Amino acid sequence: MIIESPQLLFALLAPVVGSVLVMLTKNKPNLRETWSFLSSVAMFLLVASMARTVWHGDTLHYTLFTLLPGLSITLRADAFSMVFALIASFLWMLAVFYSMGYMRGLKEHAQTRFNACFALALFGAMGVAFADNLFTLYLFYEIVSIVTYPLVAHHQDEEGYEGAKKYIIYLTTTAKGLLLPAMILIYVLTGTLDFAPNIRDGIFSGDINSSLVVMLYIFCLIGFAKNGVMPMHHWLPGAMVAPTPVSALLHAVAVVKVGVFSTTRVMLYVFGTDTMSALNLGIPTAYFVSFTILVASIIALTKDNLKARLAYSTVSQLSYIILGAALLTVPGIQGGIVHIANHAFAKITLFFCAGAIYVATHKKNISDMSGLGRAMPFTFGAFALASLSMIGAPPVGGFITKWYLLIGALDANQIGIILVLLTSTLLNVAYFAPVSFKAFFGKPPAGEPYAGIKEAPLSMVIPIMLAAIISLVVGIYPDFFMHFVRTVTG
Amino acid sequence: MDFLILNEGFRTLSALLVVPLLGALVLLTTSSASFARFWTLLITTITAALSLPLYWGFDATTAKYQFAEHLAWIPALNINYTLGIDGISLLLILLTTLLLPLCVLASWNYIKTRVREFMICLLIMEAAMLGVFMALDFVLFYMLWEAMLIPMYLLIAIWGGPRKVYASIKFFLYTLAGSVLLLVAIIALYLHNGTWFIPMMMGQEYSTLFQTVVFLAFFLAFAIKVPMFPFHTWLPAAHVEAPTAGSVILASVLLKMGTYGFLRFCLPITPAATLTFTPYILALSVAGILYGGFTALAQSDMKKLIAYSSVGHMGFVTLGIFVLNTQGVEGALLQMINHGVTTGALFLCVGMIYERTHSRELDSASGLGKFMPIYVTFLAFFSLSSLAFPGTNSFIGEFLILVGAFTKSKIVAGCAIPGAVLAAAYMLRMLQRMIWGSKPNPHPEILSDLSLREIVTLAPLLVFVFWIGLRPEPFLSVMHTSVAHLLAQVHQVTPQVMTVGTLLP
Repeated sequence: MIIESPQLLFALLAPVVGSVLVMLTKNKPNLRETWSFLSSVAMFLLVASMARTVWHGDTLHYTLFTLLPGLSITLRADAFSMVFALIASFLWMLAVFYSMGYMRGLKEHAQTRFNACFALALFGAMGVAFADNLFTLYLFYEIVSIVTYPLVAHHQDEEGYEGAKKYIIYLTTTAKGLLLPAMILIYVLTGTLDFAPNIRDGIFSGDINSSLVVMLYIFCLIGFAKNGVMPMHHWLPGAMVAPTPVSALLHAVAVVKVGVFSTTRVMLYVFGTDTMSALNLGIPTAYFVSFTILVASIIALTKDNLKARLAYSTVSQLSYIILGAALLTVPGIQGGIVHIANHAFAKITLFFCAGAIYVATHKKNISDMSGLGRAMPFTFGAFALASLSMIGAPPVGGFITKWYLLIGALDANQIGIILVLLTSTLLNVAYFAPVSFKAFFGKPPAGEPYAGIKEAPLSMVIPIMLAAIISLVVGIYPDFFMHFVRTVTG
Repeated sequence: MDFLILNEGFRTLSALLVVPLLGALVLLTTSSASFARFWTLLITTITAALSLPLYWGFDATTAKYQFAEHLAWIPALNINYTLGIDGISLLLILLTTLLLPLCVLASWNYIKTRVREFMICLLIMEAAMLGVFMALDFVLFYMLWEAMLIPMYLLIAIWGGPRKVYASIKFFLYTLAGSVLLLVAIIALYLHNGTWFIPMMMGQEYSTLFQTVVFLAFFLAFAIKVPMFPFHTWLPAAHVEAPTAGSVILASVLLKMGTYGFLRFCLPITPAATLTFTPYILALSVAGILYGGFTALAQSDMKKLIAYSSVGHMGFVTLGIFVLNTQGVEGALLQMINHGVTTGALFLCVGMIYERTHSRELDSASGLGKFMPIYVTFLAFFSLSSLAFPGTNSFIGEFLILVGAFTKSKIVAGCAIPGAVLAAAYMLRMLQRMIWGSKPNPHPEILSDLSLREIVTLAPLLVFVFWIGLRPEPFLSVMHTSVAHLLAQVHQVTPQVMTVGTLLP
């Protein structure tokens, strides 16, 4: 059943109002952070109340503006949006707390701008989650690019500007150069940009030139460069110059998830599994992103900077999601979608840990962290748990993903994909396990270098522990997200 | 007459011409600068108020010319005073009348010498521009068309920057060169038809050669005005040297004269020639889009940057016109309005910086974010509009134009896409420099944030950015019938006339 509900609009407005209040109270840091927190709570509660409706199989719908026939700004909350909206709004609450500790701990400048843009990034991400058509998706996708620019360039030094420049060039060039023409051509061909009601039908009728559809598909796959698929992934490591809470937000919630969510949304709801299998688009896509999965993991192995290693890990893991959808089998799609949630909880934990280590010790490189686990047991404990999820070991969330992806690959009779998944798992072990192992069992450098070092402030450690625990919970009780995912696949 | 719906009662169109001229006359009697400012603001506001009923009273179901007025003027030569508007000119007239009060506000402190003369020029300019959009008699049209040149020339030559003489002469010569051929074409059409009445010249059987020659004469005149690549070189010079109000009028209204000319004359009067030359004009449009984009990317002078971006944007407009389908032409018309709103606003923004720093260099305007947050907010929204960010006015225009272009030819549309990317590149580059900058601003002490007058100048334009961007229907609905009528006229070409193509290599 489709229910018209302005609740969707309220959920979107919560971060905007929060951002305005943050800007108005820039001279009162405590009040300012309270607004951030309150708006994140408001948004989460609104999303959660919608999630209840969607849980029972209904869809929420709300039209804001109709620009032209077939071109409107319309919101919808279906099961697929809910997977993304729930994690994004929940993790925002954690991130607000965490960044408060981080930014104050390091006495960062321009905290008002930081908080305001952070909230607006969530506004964009939420808009992508709730987009009902390609135009709305594109609109919010672009908003995310613009409002995260000040976050990436936060330090305003040469390195910051370079990273941010790369970031904005990659993202806007692909969006304007590929997505825009793809969107217009789809509008010309079909007269609409609305997403199909299910993942099978798509919006293309049979009489449209199939080579044109294939071209549009490629434009979309590459055009959503936030999905980190190689060769358009360079912006992501470049964006590592941002403060760590931004990296966490970027990698776990707002930016890259916007990319993969948009990609899978378009694959499943614009092209549809029927069209994709008719034109044989699925398996080539799976192999195409397999390249990213493996190569990014190999690059991650070579990185000693912890954030850089995590960045390449993200590039690799994102492609799991696209790979799952591209398999075009029910378990494959389920595995892909649920990985949006599983990866988010684990990856935000890892980045939070990297930030906590930096605040407590000012260390960035893995080689300098030998033995540090004994000084910061909670942080490194959470790091180890989240690493397990990345690797895909039970009982953490990542295991659920791997399980479904493997079944999906088996169903699709793709031995090659299974090999890719297995190799990638080994690579994950190779670049994650040494970090935790050295931290706990490695020898500290000579002398007593960790004498004064203790855990980061509580406002950072609590979000870390929460995120890590949830990673574990979604591994043991995967049914919550799987319920939504099963609704998607019907 | 068949083509007109004569106006009974209050003659709105004439009033729009007379009020500014009377205002200018009154100014002659005074020498007080502050009176001149307030008086001109009052007159332009009254003109704007007078023009609004045109929208409410407009009948969107007919393609005839409405609010028409018809008086004999020089009967011996068959010259009449005929005014009328349709869906093509309505929005341009409203754009002009609504923009002028903002131009006066923008010149409030900017113009310090010869204020009275400046205001007189503005008012004459307004009357002439409105007249061009309303005239339905070719002699009247041509007279007003030429009349626009003089006050614009004076605006640049007297109140302009350091190279004002060069810029104003170049502007004058370029546009005059185009106008001369326009006059020849007009006389040729008169000799053929025996009337100066513009609508009567449409849909006539002209010989192939005649159409081609007339089209080329029209084309040159209008292409210089647009300006289309490669006739654009007068534009950056004129923009850079002109005072803010001059730049705004130039960008927002004068450039539209060219594209208005295409729609009003080239397409309906010489349709066969239009169809023949379409591929070449599309190629020029795409060249303009790309050339404007690349050149804008290389500028360090803010006004030049926006001037070159205009070349690119107007390339989109001509692209939309000459794909000759509904979406393309409607998109082009809407984009003409959008460009007027957005680029006008950007020139206002640059002018506000110039008033403070007396420099147009990007470097002297770097890092404004810290000192002028309100200004930067306005600038950000207008820049986003300029790069056709979804949800803003230019997006709808560009979207419609590209829909039209893709419908016509995927290759042509595909070639224009890099122009959209370039627009994002140069606008974001400018925005990044101005808000943050790579080095701190050299003169932070003079950077005061916007005054109330300046906010009032920019705010109405911001409203239009989002109004057109989110609810374009009220703007598109007035043009549907006229555009459909225009396209019917173009596509009614008989195969025999189509042989014009054989004249070309």
